[in-house]
Amino acid sequence: MDFADLIVLLSGIGGIGFISWFFFGKKAASNAVEAGNAITIQVSGGYTPATIQLQKGKKTAISFHRTDPSSCLEEVIIADFKIRKFLPLNERVDIELNPNKTGTFQFSCGMNMFHGKIIVK
Amino acid sequence: MTLVVIEALKNKMNKNNSNKLVKQTFALKGMHCASCVRVNERALKKVPGVTDAMVNFASETATVQYDQDRCSEKDLQEAVKKFGYALLTNQQNPDEGKRKELAKLRRKVIVGLGLGALIVWGSFPFIMDYAPQILKNYFVQLFLASIVQFWVGSDFYKTTWSALMNRVANMDVLVAMGTSAAYGFSVAVTFFPEVFERLDIMPEPYFDVAAIVISLILLGRLLEARAKAGTSEAIKKLVGLQAKTARVVRGGRETDIPIEQVAVGDIIRVRPGEKIPVDGVIIEGDSAVDESMVTGESIPVEKQKNDPVIGATINKSGTFLYKATKVGQETMLAQIIRLVQEAQGSKAPIQRLADTVSSYFVPIVMMIAVVTFVTWYIIGPTPAFPYALITAITVLIIACPCAMGLATPTAVMVGVGKAAAYGILIKDAEALEKAQAIRAVVFDKTGTLTKGKPEVTDIVPLVILSEAKNLKRKDPSVATLSQDDILRIAASLEKGSEHPLAEAITKKAEERNISLSKVEKFKAIAGHGIEGIVEGKKVLLGNRKLLEREKIDIAEEAQEEIVTLENGGKTVMLFTVDSSLVGLLAVADTLKESARNGVEALKRSGVEVIMITGDNARTAKAIAKEAGIDRVLAEVLPEDKEREVRNVQHGGKIVAMVGDGVNDAPALAAADLGIAMGSGTDVAIEAADVTLVTKDILSVSQAIRLSKKTMRVIKQNLFWAFGYNVILIPVAAGILYPFFGILLSPILASAAMALSSVSVITNSLRLKAVQV
Repeated sequence: MDFADLIVLLSGIGGIGFISWFFFGKKAASNAVEAGNAITIQVSGGYTPATIQLQKGKKTAISFHRTDPSSCLEEVIIADFKIRKFLPLNERVDIELNPNKTGTFQFSCGMNMFHGKIIVK
Repeated sequence: MTLVVIEALKNKMNKNNSNKLVKQTFALKGMHCASCVRVNERALKKVPGVTDAMVNFASETATVQYDQDRCSEKDLQEAVKKFGYALLTNQQNPDEGKRKELAKLRRKVIVGLGLGALIVWGSFPFIMDYAPQILKNYFVQLFLASIVQFWVGSDFYKTTWSALMNRVANMDVLVAMGTSAAYGFSVAVTFFPEVFERLDIMPEPYFDVAAIVISLILLGRLLEARAKAGTSEAIKKLVGLQAKTARVVRGGRETDIPIEQVAVGDIIRVRPGEKIPVDGVIIEGDSAVDESMVTGESIPVEKQKNDPVIGATINKSGTFLYKATKVGQETMLAQIIRLVQEAQGSKAPIQRLADTVSSYFVPIVMMIAVVTFVTWYIIGPTPAFPYALITAITVLIIACPCAMGLATPTAVMVGVGKAAAYGILIKDAEALEKAQAIRAVVFDKTGTLTKGKPEVTDIVPLVILSEAKNLKRKDPSVATLSQDDILRIAASLEKGSEHPLAEAITKKAEERNISLSKVEKFKAIAGHGIEGIVEGKKVLLGNRKLLEREKIDIAEEAQEEIVTLENGGKTVMLFTVDSSLVGLLAVADTLKESARNGVEALKRSGVEVIMITGDNARTAKAIAKEAGIDRVLAEVLPEDKEREVRNVQHGGKIVAMVGDGVNDAPALAAADLGIAMGSGTDVAIEAADVTLVTKDILSVSQAIRLSKKTMRVIKQNLFWAFGYNVILIPVAAGILYPFFGILLSPILASAAMALSSVSVITNSLRLKAVQV
């Protein structure tokens, strides 16, 4: 093993470590954003805010605004509420939720690559 | 003069600045003749700010040029709404947004493949010998590849940037990384070939790899989008069934109004060949109605006064008037659409594994690509760097998380839609998954296996033994009550009851024109019968249990009579007056025509069929025999049905309970799968996992078969999606090279990747052709 090989090997180990840390490492806790009566979620490389907080028994309008052209994000699925909606690019799609149970509910893109959370209190 | 000119110029400039003229095409719904075109154009042109409006009847669109500062999409909608039409914005009409996205994607694919082909012509061994000199120039290739990389492939970069900002990754990140590596290396080789020569690396660019990979993956997305559109066709078909207008009779005049304006209580006229606009009840006239589009029932249903009609079904022959009972979101069609949409938005438990894998997939593929690069660089053949680079790129390109993500939901969407076409409404993906595992089906008898319209078949007077002799009688000289006496008293008592058998008795009394007496102290005793005071006497009407409870004896001759009637499959009601059994009323409910075939179909597929009823064992057995059912749970009180279902479950079988959804709600909820027969136009039954719109017993086995076929497709999809990645990622990493000298080209990898998602969706679409 020559010097170049050693450099490549160390870079590879470093690269794997970085990938592991970057994607699986502890991320800054995303604070749940209080939704109130209405909230807009930006859909671009994921969901912003990714965690929203709703009140049990209170109707809330969630507006998904997709600006990301990836077809991965063209649908949003909130399986616990049996909702699957197509999100046209650069359009807002309103979904009305009136949760009747507390808990944490996931939402995701159609291919389950990007995720968000709805916390109902 | 100068001032005037300056003012005029200023005005013109201001006007130009404030004008935000846009030309947009909207879907326009509700047009049914060419004159609608003029009405809509005129309405739109009247909106302040609209400079031009053109309506196309054939494509059902309106192209409007308007000033965004002076009017909004909402103003345009309001303008046509007044005349009963609906102008849909892109949000309301997602198809339009999707169409635009696809058109853009198609342009990119054409440009990408065109430019990619030129680069391949100028760089690929053998064919480059026939290429013009200009295409062999690396700088020309760089120019062409840059268009593909940064315009055609721009969406990959946009998503990658946003995703990395959120510290997540999807397939776009892999494509961006893989193609950027190929493109970046090629740029470096083009500008600094001598550096690579010094490092013993052949200074050959891979512009063809970057350009073709991007174009093929986008081509795959285009095919995927087209295939995916087929998965949601069921909903589009259902929505398309809705009628646009209704001919309402108001103030003695008949007027065509938009369906949205129909109110509950409106009287509507339907002529032959017309669509019934909303749900209601016929008040005048009769006809045959084709309900196949909603219920799946192929034979037209005869309808007459007081019969319910379903919105969106087609009146075949006569003209009739009917009263609207349900409009808007309450109609049966709207409920069906909602149920199907909800089911398509739900997740099947089988998807959990794919979900878990998907969340770790992309970063793990990145790690494999790094390992591949390092391995090839250190222990691979020479030239090490190009081998290492190409294999790492191939790993990034071939990985396909999309197929895993699409495997289950696409099949669920098609399966649920297909079921709806058969009149089977599946609540969610979990119910669809559970149905395939059903090994025993418990049928409630009344209204489920039978038509639920019992008729009085026998009225048997018995010898009066006690002081009941004092009753008002037709002929007091004989020792028994007459049939009409029994019917009069029984019907008087039953008038207050909601039991299906009560309806049969009161109907019989009506047929014989018998006037009823007043009832006092009426009481229903669940699972037993009813009691009350009629004509001053305490009267009981119910089953054996009621008499046991009241400690009333049954004479031997009465016993024999009861047994004979019960063996004929009739439900016998015992009628007592002042603690003396004075008569018997036998009621029979005929089996549905589909019962025998439905039971047979279930038994053929290895499912045990059980009947549950409150009837006594003899009656129950007689009916069960007629239906071909071997196991009977008889004399079960309504509140005990749930326990009986649990008992069957304890036998180790996955159990479905089929009932009417109202009286059987606890039993439906207790079963592994609750199947309800829709009642009238109400199909959203809370306790049911599956609702059968047709009330056809065959639908039960159809639901199970469809579930099995859907699950088979899901398993095939998952097997393919997992297998594809598990096998091809190592191949892309070069695992076959040491043994067979096989290395996968990144271009082939991108083609495989593009086809992998398409093949999963195409497999799901096979369900559309399935016959159950």
